[in-house]
Amino acid sequence: MSLEPVIRVIDVRKVFGLVPVLDGVSLEVRGGEAVALLGANGAGKTTLLKILATLLRPTRGTATIAGHDVARAPEAVRPLLGVVAHGAWVYDDLTARENLRFWSTLNGLAVGADDVSAALGGVGLERVADARVRTFSAGMKRRLSLARVMLTRPRVLLLDEPFAGLDQRAKKWLESRLETLKAAGAALLMVTHSFGRELGIADRLAVLAGGRIALDTARGTLGPDDVQRLYAAHAEEGL
Amino acid sequence: MVKTLGWLTALALVVGLLMAFVVAPQVTQGNVQRIMYVHVPLILASYVAFVVLAIASILYLVRRDPAADRLAHASGEVGVVFVGLGIATGSIWGKPTWGTWWTWDARLTSVAILFVMYLGYLLLRGTIDDPERAARYCAVLGIVAALDIPLVHFSVYWWRTLHQPPSLMKPGGFTGSASILWPLLVNLLGFVLLYAYFVARRVRLLRAEAEAVP
Amino acid sequence: MSYARRALAVVWKDLAVERRSKETLNALVFFSLLLLFVFQFTLGADRERLAAVLPGVLWLGFVLSALLALGRTFLVEREHDCWEGLLLAPGDKSAIYLGKLLGNLLLMLLVEALVLGLFVVFFDIDLSRALPGLLVVVLLGTLGLAAVGTLFAAMTANVRARELLFPVLLLPVQVPVLLATVKATEALLLGEPLGAVAHWVKLLVAADAVYVVVSLLTFDVVLEG
Repeated sequence: MSLEPVIRVIDVRKVFGLVPVLDGVSLEVRGGEAVALLGANGAGKTTLLKILATLLRPTRGTATIAGHDVARAPEAVRPLLGVVAHGAWVYDDLTARENLRFWSTLNGLAVGADDVSAALGGVGLERVADARVRTFSAGMKRRLSLARVMLTRPRVLLLDEPFAGLDQRAKKWLESRLETLKAAGAALLMVTHSFGRELGIADRLAVLAGGRIALDTARGTLGPDDVQRLYAAHAEEGL
Repeated sequence: MVKTLGWLTALALVVGLLMAFVVAPQVTQGNVQRIMYVHVPLILASYVAFVVLAIASILYLVRRDPAADRLAHASGEVGVVFVGLGIATGSIWGKPTWGTWWTWDARLTSVAILFVMYLGYLLLRGTIDDPERAARYCAVLGIVAALDIPLVHFSVYWWRTLHQPPSLMKPGGFTGSASILWPLLVNLLGFVLLYAYFVARRVRLLRAEAEAVP
Repeated sequence: MSYARRALAVVWKDLAVERRSKETLNALVFFSLLLLFVFQFTLGADRERLAAVLPGVLWLGFVLSALLALGRTFLVEREHDCWEGLLLAPGDKSAIYLGKLLGNLLLMLLVEALVLGLFVVFFDIDLSRALPGLLVVVLLGTLGLAAVGTLFAAMTANVRARELLFPVLLLPVQVPVLLATVKATEALLLGEPLGAVAHWVKLLVAADAVYVVVSLLTFDVVLEG
């Protein structure tokens, strides 16, 4: 459990055209820590996630992961990442199993048939493992995406609404997998709307409003209602 | 600095055009032949533009310096205009002289392909909103196009050969008389300076636009 | 070797998707048949005229099919944001280009074989002497088209007016390939040996080398999105 921040966001600004979506965001996530980032639609959560995932470049400011600048050295950052973004990264015409095999090979992982089956089992897709993803619901595609990430052992996880669309069993599975990764020293950044049990895994809460971090606090013993109240207070402030 | 460039350009062009119309001798093709003193320099100056575009594109990919991208952008714009005008003046020269606006001989075809390629370059720029992505993609296109030019040249040349044998760049030197060569060279200088002047002004404008964004 | 394995994974993936969805393949087969009819109706039964324009018409068919096939090659990556996954996969991105190129090449050669077959049957052409030389020319020409086409397809995939911009960018650059293949095909169909068109073949080889090398070197810049 390292005390050094693995993810460092330093005064990041991102402008699209003339609209500043991020206007001076600073945030840190340490190894073995999970941070939940809350914010309204359009607040810039996904933008921040994409910048950390090396998919976008900040207009100003710096973001580093394990010491590597995400804008200047993306190739050094990418092997460390596990990303579940808005899109599920699945090919509709391949089966669930084939999708996992493809992404594993592409990422240079030597993954056996058992590992794939285990990953599919974890997200509850073992019965449709050989069905084409085209037949899957959005939630199922989401779960496949999570299975994909779990096959790697990322040092940094960037997750966009990871618990959305999961049933109780899958939520439990995801929670335990994330806890395991945390225990192994991974840094987690979760972007989420919800205030429920999903926050159980978070060590810290941050609220993104007005293009900045309006609140950054340890979750401690806050229950879902407290979180909701805190969020409402700070999200209003930002508007 | 740009102002001086502007004045030098104006000087060279005025002298050159005067020479073209007054000093240069009349040739069998008649007065319309004097268009050559504008047509040839325009085309040659456009070649300069495209070489600069290629080099600036490589520079951009290596250094990611927006200044290199602005240079490529401006060079492309001016180059396309010069080629267009070059083709137009060539047609104006061609119609009374050889009886036709256009022919698919090697030289004309190559230049036409060049024109369309770099028009595509500008189109690509216009279609992409994100300036950084536009810079990257156009740099790649610029390099591919530049490397393609010799291939286009050879393939078209082997396919056809009708145009006036190149008189300036033939091995063995220029065979026209000095009174044709000098106005041509002065005008060439003038048009290259004109290209440089336009590019300098355009780059300035592009930089101002870029710096206006927060 | 991870590079080769990743490239092959992309080839396999593209072919599997194509085999199951049959989207592009169906369109191409239908398109080839359509071309056949159009050429027959516009060129008529005049066998001499047909023989004269055949090389051009054949390659026109190949190029139009190529535009269709290549223009779509990165569309599959736009669904569910798969291109993000491609970009984030560590390692040399040119492996992805190579995979896409091979997949496209196979698809295009398949369709060209079909078109050629249809021409031979419906226009009663004798290819027996020309065939070996023709195979070389078709292979080299298709590689040239696919090499730049794959690169430009990646460039235009996320851009407005993609369907228009892709051919506008590709065709002028492909002029050397078009000239070389049509001229070489013409000579071969007239019974000339491959040696007689050696200069065209050399041009094709040079062009292919330039296109593939430049694309390999610049693909990651384009994939950056």
